Amino acid sequence: MIRLLWRLLGIIGIVRGVLRAAHPPRDEDDGVDPSRRELVATPRSEHALAVLLIAGGLVLTAFGVLIALDADPRVLGGVLGIGLALLAAAAIVGGLRVVAQEVAVEERPAMGDQAARAQLADDLGRGVEGVSRRRLIIAAAGVAGTGLAAAAALPVTALGPAPRDLDASRWRAGVLLVDEDDAPLSADDLEVGSFVTAFPSGADKRELGSPVVVVRVDPATLALPAARRGWAPDGLLAYSKICTHAGCAVSLFRHPLYEPASGPPALVCPCHYSTFDVRRAAEVTLGPAGRPLPQLPLRVDGQRRIVAAGPLSGSVGPAWWGTRRL
Amino acid sequence: MSSRDTRRTDPVAFLDERLNVAGPLRKTLRYVFPGHWSFLLGEMALYAFVVLVATGTFLAFFFEPSSAQTTWHGPYAPLDGVQVSRAYGSALDLSFTVPGGLLMRQTHHWAALVFLVAITLHLLRVAFTGAFRKPRELTFAVGVTLLMLAVVEGYVGYSLLDDLLSGMGLAIGYSTALSIPGVGGALGTLIWDGPFPGGPALEPRLYILHVFILPASIAALISAHLFMIVRTRHTQFRGPGRRERNVVGVPLWPGYALRSLGWLLAVSAVLVLLGGLVQINPVWQWGPFEPWLGENGAQPDWYLGWLIGALRLMPNWEITAFGHAIVPNPFFGGVIFPEAVFGFLYALPWLDRVVFTRESEAHHLLDRPRDNPRRTGVLAAALILVATVFFFGSADRVFLSLSIPYELQLWLFRAFVLMGPIVAYSVTRRSCLALRRAGAHPLRDVDAELIAPRAAGESQPVGGP
Repeated sequence: MIRLLWRLLGIIGIVRGVLRAAHPPRDEDDGVDPSRRELVATPRSEHALAVLLIAGGLVLTAFGVLIALDADPRVLGGVLGIGLALLAAAAIVGGLRVVAQEVAVEERPAMGDQAARAQLADDLGRGVEGVSRRRLIIAAAGVAGTGLAAAAALPVTALGPAPRDLDASRWRAGVLLVDEDDAPLSADDLEVGSFVTAFPSGADKRELGSPVVVVRVDPATLALPAARRGWAPDGLLAYSKICTHAGCAVSLFRHPLYEPASGPPALVCPCHYSTFDVRRAAEVTLGPAGRPLPQLPLRVDGQRRIVAAGPLSGSVGPAWWGTRRL
Repeated sequence: MSSRDTRRTDPVAFLDERLNVAGPLRKTLRYVFPGHWSFLLGEMALYAFVVLVATGTFLAFFFEPSSAQTTWHGPYAPLDGVQVSRAYGSALDLSFTVPGGLLMRQTHHWAALVFLVAITLHLLRVAFTGAFRKPRELTFAVGVTLLMLAVVEGYVGYSLLDDLLSGMGLAIGYSTALSIPGVGGALGTLIWDGPFPGGPALEPRLYILHVFILPASIAALISAHLFMIVRTRHTQFRGPGRRERNVVGVPLWPGYALRSLGWLLAVSAVLVLLGGLVQINPVWQWGPFEPWLGENGAQPDWYLGWLIGALRLMPNWEITAFGHAIVPNPFFGGVIFPEAVFGFLYALPWLDRVVFTRESEAHHLLDRPRDNPRRTGVLAAALILVATVFFFGSADRVFLSLSIPYELQLWLFRAFVLMGPIVAYSVTRRSCLALRRAGAHPLRDVDAELIAPRAAGESQPVGGP
């Protein structure tokens, strides 16, 4: 604490010094010769080096034995680390207390040699002596080079399919909503504030167009656009689960305990915290997403199962040039 | 010594008569290393890379880069009998059944984190001391390229494991690729072998990148970096007898070789201790990735923090035309921002020549940061900008631990991104000018001035070298 106080005073000292002193001289040759050579080995330091080397060697041997015995990784790491640390100490003791201590002055090599450069230019020039149509040949070589580069680069297109239907989806009118275990979702199982993930029955769940989030809100609070009236039977809403910003799963549902304090119910993406208002057709209320989550129109069939009433309202997932704006 | 003895016992003679190396070897052993603690940062990066290659080779003997599904069986009960990819399954095997596997995996991960810490600190040292100036512009450009490759190598590395966290990272990478105007869609499907989560070729592609193409490029560029340093010799700080035309320091043999070997062993020891004792990336806790799963509070490895920060900080702008998303949002934070930062770094030697110093002489003596207030000011501004974006990347963690609302932080950080660099430039520049006028080493000046009372009538200087 006292030390800290003195540090603080020190800073004041610096500022005071700063206001007083003058610019440092920038002299090039001070005539000082810093080179020196000193023999520092003592019996003690040599013994210490030997002890460290032997100890390190023994500990590392122990590591070899322990790994053969399949010891706990913490033991293995501790033993190997200590063995390496002992050898590190040995090398540092050897470097600082055993071998001759030397500070040397080396003259820096001059960068660049005028004569060699001239000679090089001359040699390069003599290589094409007597060639008269240089421009033609250079242009021709340019054509050859371009062709070679194209031949080398274009096969890269074989790596992947053309980007068609990156936002395709299997959702159509009449497709049943099922959970991760292919069981149909029942409208009666969803309470206000609950949140489940659903997939189109029979589709590949891993496709970005498949997963949707189903939530239930109080139907009286819905604020969907007029064109989407009837998309949310009994306040059941479904939106694509893949964030329109960077493709993560929108896996957080912020359902307010007390709405005036915490805002309306919202779906939130945990990657960059894009926040979508579920009552307002997943309008973006915070975060970097550029467009709402596509909505899936729903209906409830005679067995109270939840069924898609049409395709998703827009392009699924992260945007690219082919993405249609809603 | 008779000639018969020489033939029989002298390895130097043996080599020299066959390879003609005694002359060059002697010069190499006399190579002089100027001493300063900050010069160890580059070496630290090199030695972390050595540990990465050693542990990575071990891991490569066991890891299976395949997205084919399999049922995993092992001693970890929550995942026993669960359907997982072979990639994730082999990462679990490495963690639970391969002897020493978890130690190697965790040491590898720690080494990657430390590798990038060392590179970043080394870059800051080089930038703030003007070490990138002529004749070292190419050395610097190679170093910046190494930083970029190391970031990509780290990202590809942890993406390989196909756990939930890596899958979320890949989704963001895919979306960022998609966001590139014009070519994005083609680029995304090209790399991912189809739309996300990708085709069966994705894992092998990431693998060959991670274990061969990128490390081989990094190794080649490290060699080029070191070769260029040796051609120009090391830079050095000003000091007694130190001039532009000489190098003062410890020769390679025997002093520096032993010190550096000690540093290699010390870095390895710390990494192995971290790998053995401090848990990192417990993939069994995250579980396998499925595109519909996500996890709150997910953070990438630290060196991607500035990119997640940029993606989060960006307002939700998207440029649209003809009903299509022409410039999707991730392009700004995921492509333009890192390109601007790396563009700034590549341009630094040129900026220094035409803006900060307005001269193009060769320099071997390093500047102290105060010696060029404008350069230091601009670097501080850039550093504050990137650091602000970086820290916003963990705003969700700050919300969880300090309860500062995320939305408030978002607006504060947006304001700070705009204001911080301006303030940083002005404060840094003024401090440099003041320090230059002071002409003193701040800490040494403190030592000379401070007297601490000890007992009545007695006093004692505090601190000091």
